[in-house]
This record gives sequence, structure tokens and C-alpha cells, in this order.
Amino acid sequence: MKLNGAEILIDCLQKEEVEHVFGYPGGAVLHIYDALEAQDKITHILVRHEQGAAHGADGYARANGKPGVVLVTSGPGITNAVTGIATAHMDSIPMVIISGQVPSPLIGMDAFQEVDATGITRSCVKHNFLIRDISEIAMTVKKAFHIATTGRPGPVVIDIPKDITIAKMEVEEYPTTIEMRSYKPTIKASDRQIKKAAEMLANSKRPILYAGGGCVIGNASKELREFTRMVGFPITQTLMGLGTYPMTDKQSLGMLGMHGTYEANMAMHGSDCVVAIGSRFDDRITGNLEKFCPTAKFIHIDIDPSQISKNVVAHIPIVGQTKQVLQALIDQMKDKKLEDISKWWSQIEEWRKVDSLAYKKSSGVIKPQTVIEMLYEVTKGKAIVTSDVGQHQMWAAQYYLFDEPRQWINSGGLGTMGFGLPAAMGAKLAMPDRDVACVTGDGSIQMMLQELSTMLQYSTPVKIINLNNGYLGMVRQWQEFFYEKRYAMSYMDALPDFVKLAESYGHMGIRVEKEEDLKPALIEAFNQKDRTVFLDIVTDPSENVFPMIPAGGGHSDMLLAGRDEMVSKDETDFNAV
Amino acid sequence: MRHIISVILENEAGALSRVAGLFTQRGFNIESLTVAITNDPSLSRMTIVSSGSDRVLEQIVKQLNKLIEVVKVSDLTSQDHVERELLLAKISSNSKEGANIQELVEIFGCKVVDVTDKVYTIEVSGKSKKINAFLDAFDPASIIEVTRTGVTGISRGKKLI
Ligand SMILES: Cc1ncc(C[n+]2csc(CCOP(=O)(O)OP(=O)(O)O)c2C)c(N)n1
Ligand SMILES: [Mg+2]
Repeated sequence: MKLNGAEILIDCLQKEEVEHVFGYPGGAVLHIYDALEAQDKITHILVRHEQGAAHGADGYARANGKPGVVLVTSGPGITNAVTGIATAHMDSIPMVIISGQVPSPLIGMDAFQEVDATGITRSCVKHNFLIRDISEIAMTVKKAFHIATTGRPGPVVIDIPKDITIAKMEVEEYPTTIEMRSYKPTIKASDRQIKKAAEMLANSKRPILYAGGGCVIGNASKELREFTRMVGFPITQTLMGLGTYPMTDKQSLGMLGMHGTYEANMAMHGSDCVVAIGSRFDDRITGNLEKFCPTAKFIHIDIDPSQISKNVVAHIPIVGQTKQVLQALIDQMKDKKLEDISKWWSQIEEWRKVDSLAYKKSSGVIKPQTVIEMLYEVTKGKAIVTSDVGQHQMWAAQYYLFDEPRQWINSGGLGTMGFGLPAAMGAKLAMPDRDVACVTGDGSIQMMLQELSTMLQYSTPVKIINLNNGYLGMVRQWQEFFYEKRYAMSYMDALPDFVKLAESYGHMGIRVEKEEDLKPALIEAFNQKDRTVFLDIVTDPSENVFPMIPAGGGHSDMLLAGRDEMVSKDETDFNAV
Repeated sequence: MRHIISVILENEAGALSRVAGLFTQRGFNIESLTVAITNDPSLSRMTIVSSGSDRVLEQIVKQLNKLIEVVKVSDLTSQDHVERELLLAKISSNSKEGANIQELVEIFGCKVVDVTDKVYTIEVSGKSKKINAFLDAFDPASIIEVTRTGVTGISRGKKLI
């Protein structure tokens, strides 16, 4: 049977068991849309902006672990998607993006809506392809999904010229397996390294586990829990890792890094053995590298060899999947006698008593932290929470205690404002039975507002928790601390009436100005099972995110809430512990 | 320190720009880059000369390995290897050195590949140092035009990349 390129492409997507495609049509992809229309296995979600398509597919992938699929047209279609592709790339999210291209003979002729899609996306994808012949379609799609989902996952772009989508050929079997001599993601970790690591761990007096997004993406949560409980070590999680170990558990020290808890950062600072598990020593984690973990040896577990010894030199590098390495460590350490670390724990409990997330309530204004705490209470800690970028993101990370992986969805690496809303839509499509909340800010929400329209069309009821402080709050905070309160362009004048706005999109809007109205409003919102509800919550405009490690600081240089000077506990004699 | 890195990669459109892009994107230094097809027509071989600390070199090798089309990467510097570069230079025959060209050709073991009434075209191959020395032997004014291929290299003996 002869099919055209577009039909072959859609057939390949079906063979890859794609259920949802997030996209937006245009000239170069019209044949593909025609082929999509002729089938009913794949549901197409018509977004209102291609960036929304990329974030939507990304949120979908983060929520259920399956690759997100995007379809956009040439030129402005793919350029609009670039921010979303880069966002997924920075956080290693599996995605396949199909972009239309001008017909092959016109490539390079500055044709209408031509951009060099593979050139533009090269540095923000795991890989990309430009299809040159109809016979390449099936193999390219196979490779794209293989590359996107294996090893360290990431987005893969397939650019397909229009003439190829209308050319015809006799269909061949879709390849079931794939072998690429140039791409063999390392999977099995070295036994020798595992043994060495087990030895070092057993002998450490002040160990700490530092788990990141690699535990979420690598589905290693079960093994991480088992291992952590078995060895009894304290564990801290990165912004990308939250939930992979239950944050309500007593061994959990919460998040570390720039806005991490006092106990997490101090424990990193005092540790003699840091085990990085699927985390990459990002600058928001380490602060000043010269002051980072002055007494620690590092065991670094990562599937991507290039992450190891990039920022911090690992004493014991282990290249492998977090899941398998943790299992191997469990087996290796089962019968090992460990050092007594009770003194280390009592030191940590002292740090915990500092209660670094405590904040002062004041009458008349709603504290943003309270909103998150109440959101946690009303959703019983079970909602999937997406966020945008800014102070609200940090508060969501600090005060919603995530107990499950894939429950917390945010743009950690790129820090993309506008991510939260489309990501929530994607997450709801992936997990229709779960409550989904999007914690956002008055600045961020305005970057992808148009997706409210998509959310009505496809009935993806999510609850938008807008922490409306009237500011680009995170920018304002930096200006307050480091620019002598010169608030250049961080005040947002002329905000819209978000309630009316939500209503005009066919959703429900509730404005909350008093704390006593907060809980009833949240309850009401989550009772509306079938509706998207926009909660516009007026919060304290002067509130800041604490603790904070200022630029150039180390983990022991934290600013804490309600204290004017820096709390430096560098003199603590860790070796005594 | 200067390193010579050999890269075997799929002979596909776009592979070269991926490698070049990687170097600019990550701020790696690149002194020269040569690329051509190998005895297996589906593969290309690239030789890159770069410099940096051991940490940077480790990153370069790892990042190159991470590129999907790269099959193999090897740092030749740490192995017993042969390296060569080719120079083609046009020398004015009216200059002082031009008059002695035969002598220089003998000293450097190079070849005159073309002669006109005003210009000698000379071919020199060897280590980059030798090529530098050859060029240094001329008054800059007598050198009309040069082109260098950049370094290519291969390990000695049985050892393969
Ligand atoms: C696309 C984009 N542009 C700019 C920034 C820089 N930035 C980081 S946080 C922030 C302010 C966010 O304001 P808002 O969404 O109101 O959140 P708040 O900090 O007030 O909670 C800005 C401008 C960014 N992260 N992303
Ligand atoms: Mg704000």
C-alpha cells in the first residue's frame, strides 16, 4: 500500500503509542494535519501559542514519564517553540518535536516562513534531524523516540519539509528495535565503583544523600527510599528532585541550595561524604564553589558522564542509571556494618531547631507561605503542583511537602516564566484523575495566559493559585537586598482583573483578599471538579524568600527570616561530631 | 596544554556543525579542525587541536562523546602518535629567499609544486613546528599567500582509535 509522508509519519506516531500531540497548524504541516484528522488514535491539543505546546507536552511528560509530542509549523511555529524546547532540555525531559519545513527545493532560498530549524535548536536539544527523503521518515521517528527516552532523556526535533509529507511510497514495516553504533547510553555501572562507594559510605561519620531530578526521571524513587532507610542517612533534595523521597519523612532535611533549609545546607557544609544521586552540582545548589562542602568526599551517581567532575571533582564517580546503581548499593551494603552516626544526627537536629522556614504572620495581609500551607492542607498533600518562576515557585517548593515523585513540576534549569499554566494543562491530560494546581505569580501567569482558552476547549480543570503581590517579586527581592532598594521595573502597574479575565475565558475566578476567605476559597475551587478555577490571592508585597544564600556565599552563609545579619556557623567543629 | 583529539563520527550532514557548535557553545578553545571521510565511507574522521586544563579536556572529550553522531573520541596526545600538517605557500621569486629557494627546499625537505615568473608555490608537510620554522625562514614581505590544513594525527603501531 502506498502512503504519503504525512500518513507515514502519523502511522509511526501511532506505533510509538503516542496518545496526545500538542500543536498548532500552518502551511508547512497542513498535509500532516490532514493525516491527523483522518485517524482517531491520537488526540491533538490545539494550543494558542507554540510555546504553550512545548510546555504542555513537557508537563505531560513530567507527570507520566512518557515522551511528550509537539507538532508545529515552519518559521515562527518552531521559533515560538524554542523556549519550551530549551526548558525541557535543561531539565532532561523526553520530548519529540515535529516541525514543518519549507519544501526541499526552497530550503536555503529565504522562502516564506523558512528558518533553519535544526540550526536554531541545535544547542537546546539532545539531537535533531532534518528529513531529506520520504524513505527516512520511519527510521528517523524510531531514532527520535529512542534518543529522547533513553540515557539522559531530552528533546529531539524532527524537521520535515513539506514536499516530503506529500510524496508517496510503499509502506514498510515500522522498525521494532533500533541499533545505533554512535549512540549507546551507558547503563550498567561498574561493580568496582559500587564496592568502593559502599566502603566509603560505611566508613563515613557525617554522610548526606543529595538527590536530584535524575531520581525522578530515572524512576528510582522506590530504590532511593529503600536505600535511605536502610542506611539511615540524612537526605536532602534539589528543586528538581522534590518528592522522590518523602519530604514528610524524618530523614528528609528538605531542599538544599540558594533557598534551601538551614539543616540541609549546614549538613552539606559539615558532611564528610556527600552522595550526589542524579544531581549535577548546579550553581544554585553549590553557591560559591570555593566554600562548598569543605570537608566532604564526593560520590557522584549520574547517567551522563559529562556531568561528573564538571563543577565538583568526584572522588568516586559512578556512571549508570540511578535506579540500578541504588539497587546495587542496597545489595552491596545490606550486611555492612556502618559507622555510628548518632552524633551527626543530633547535630542535625540542633540545626533543625533553628526552624528556618518559620515566618511571621501579620494581620491584614495574607502571607504567601500561608497560601501554600493551606493548599497543602486542602489537597491533603496529594495534588500535582506545577509552578512558574519567581518567589511563588520557591514558596511552593518549601511549604508543599511533596511525598511522591512527579508531583512537583517546575522549570528548574531554565527558569522559564510562563511554564506553569501549560504544564498544568499537560499534567492534567496525563493524569486526569489527579488534582492539579498551578502555583503562579502575577508576572508569570501573564506570559502564557492564552492557554486558558485551550484549557476550556479540552476540559482540563486545573486550579490556578495566583500569588498576586503586584511585583516581579523575585526581582524586587534582589533589588531590595543588592541594589539598595532601587526597584527598577519590578513593579507591575495596571494588572488585569484576573477574575473577569478567567470568566471571559469561560472559567471561574475568585479573588481572595483576607486570610479568613482563603481556606473556603480553596475548598470551593477544589470542589469544582470539572472547572478551571483562577484564585487571585492578594499576598504581602514585601515578603521575601528565606533562607537565602546571597551570591558568592557558601552553604553556611545563610540569610534567615527576621534576622538582620548573616547567620554564619562556620566555626562549628564538625570533626568533633 | 595542547591536545590533539581524534573523533570518528557518522558521515552525515550537520555532524560537523554540531562539533563546531559545541566548542563555541561551551567556550572550549579550538586551534584547528580538520575533517574528511575515512576508509569506511559512512564515517568521517576529525582531528581537533585544542588546549586547556585537564578538567577542560575531560569535559571536551565527554561532551564530544555525548553528541549522538560521534562514534569514538580519543585524545592522541597521551599516546605514541604521528602528527602532520600540510602547508601550501606562495613565495615571491624576486625576494632574497626566493633566490635561495632551492636551498630552503632541501633543508626542509619540501617540494616546489608550481613555478611562474614571479611566484613559487611550495608544499611543506610535517609537524606544525616545522611549518612554523619554514615560514619563519622568510622575510614576511616575500610570503604572498599561505594555506595550512591544520593538524591531523594517528596513533603509532597496532593501537587503533
Ligand atoms: C521568561 C522569563 N523572563 C524573565 C525572567 C526573570 N525573572 C525571574 S523571577 C521574575 C519575577 C516573577 O514575577 P512573578 O511571576 O510575579 O512571581 P513572584 O516572584 O512575584 O512570585 C523574573 C522577571 C524569567 N525567569 N523568565
Ligand atoms: Mg509577583
